[in-house]
Amino acid sequence: MKRLFRLLLLLAFVGAGVFWWLTMPRPLDALPVAMKDYKGDPAKGELVFYAGGCSSCHAAPGSDDKMSLAGGVRLESPFGAFIAPNISPDPEDGIGGWSDLDFVNAMTKGISPGGSHFYPAFPYTSYQRMKLQDVIDLKAFLDTLPKVTGKAPGHEVGFPFNIRRGLGLWKLLYLDGEPFQPDAQATDEINRGAYLVRGPGHCGECHTPRDVFGGLQTDKWLSGAPNPEGKGIIPNITPHEQGLAAWSAKDIAYALESGFTPEFDSLGGSMGAVVGNMSHLSAEDRAAIAAYLKSVPPLPNGYKAK
Amino acid sequence: MIRKVTVAAGALMLVAGIAAASASDDPIASRQAMMKNTGASIGAIVKMAKGEAEFDALAASLAIRAMNNSAIGIVHLFPTGSETGMDTEAAPKIWEDMAGFVEKAKAMEEATAKAIAAPAASLDELKAQLGEIGGTCKGCHETYRIKKS
Repeated sequence: MKRLFRLLLLLAFVGAGVFWWLTMPRPLDALPVAMKDYKGDPAKGELVFYAGGCSSCHAAPGSDDKMSLAGGVRLESPFGAFIAPNISPDPEDGIGGWSDLDFVNAMTKGISPGGSHFYPAFPYTSYQRMKLQDVIDLKAFLDTLPKVTGKAPGHEVGFPFNIRRGLGLWKLLYLDGEPFQPDAQATDEINRGAYLVRGPGHCGECHTPRDVFGGLQTDKWLSGAPNPEGKGIIPNITPHEQGLAAWSAKDIAYALESGFTPEFDSLGGSMGAVVGNMSHLSAEDRAAIAAYLKSVPPLPNGYKAK
Repeated sequence: MIRKVTVAAGALMLVAGIAAASASDDPIASRQAMMKNTGASIGAIVKMAKGEAEFDALAASLAIRAMNNSAIGIVHLFPTGSETGMDTEAAPKIWEDMAGFVEKAKAMEEATAKAIAAPAASLDELKAQLGEIGGTCKGCHETYRIKKS
């Protein structure tokens, strides 16, 4: 009996050790040599800012000032409510004190400068695909924005999801660490669109359904999903008849620019802010996104009919 | 005599008005039809903006007038009790924040009224008007409409 107890104790220790080891945040210690001396270009970063739609979550809720990134937007999820933080360049309450390396670790590894895991409500699962140059340019642009004081409220997440260390396990499942790889068979335009959709644009985060652990079901890529905020749906944007089959690439590009669908409905919900951002991209980039969306596998709706 | 005729005519108009209202006394059906018509109206302008149709100042102006009617009328089509049914995409937020919703409709009313007061003489002017009016569509749909299909 005593022996069994000892064995169990040993197993518990080993288990805790394995958990500790598996869930350990592993940030980059330094930028890759090629990027070490790169100085971010704020003008290029501005386009990355619009492609990424940073202000949709990080501008104060309901504010018309999309350049003051005070945070505060609530993202409801089955795991609790996540509150977007202040990412203005304020050194105390925002990210003004961050180095380029800190920012790269946040965007591509989901790790804070203090070495803890961010919740994937911050879509680093997509941002990990970004070119480091784009990430550093974005940081340079964010540094030009107004400093806003005041921290956003904390997340409202219950046990066990409030143990951030556990996110290390989630990352083992859903954060592959792969940068964007162009498809050698596809045109440059489609590859550019794929990069924008899969990387900064993080379209799949809402338009792809998630499994019970909140990971993207990549075999149902862009096929639409229940709205994570609990009401309605996020549409299927694959070229399936239940999705955008009837839309031409031009229709898609125009909807991203103006908000108008081919039926002259006006896009709304969280897509309204996305259109506001996409309208700042070049016409070529919007056309590239459209070309990519026309090229993905057509899939039936990723959500159940109501 | 003339007075009598006036009264009779007034009464007739009143009856006709009631009849028109009761022809579709379901506010959800009415507002859905109004949205469809608004979509068709803005569609006429979008087609010009996209170069799919010739710029036509009169057609554009009439479309904007139709949208102005919608902006004025739509807020009256969300009475208490019409929160659900007929696959409505109206967000519960409308009834939680009626003042905010009315403000969004007002923005559309003002953008269309401005365009009526100074009709577009060129395609570029029309595109600018479309941008302003379209922004008010999006402005309301962002908060007060839930996509269901």
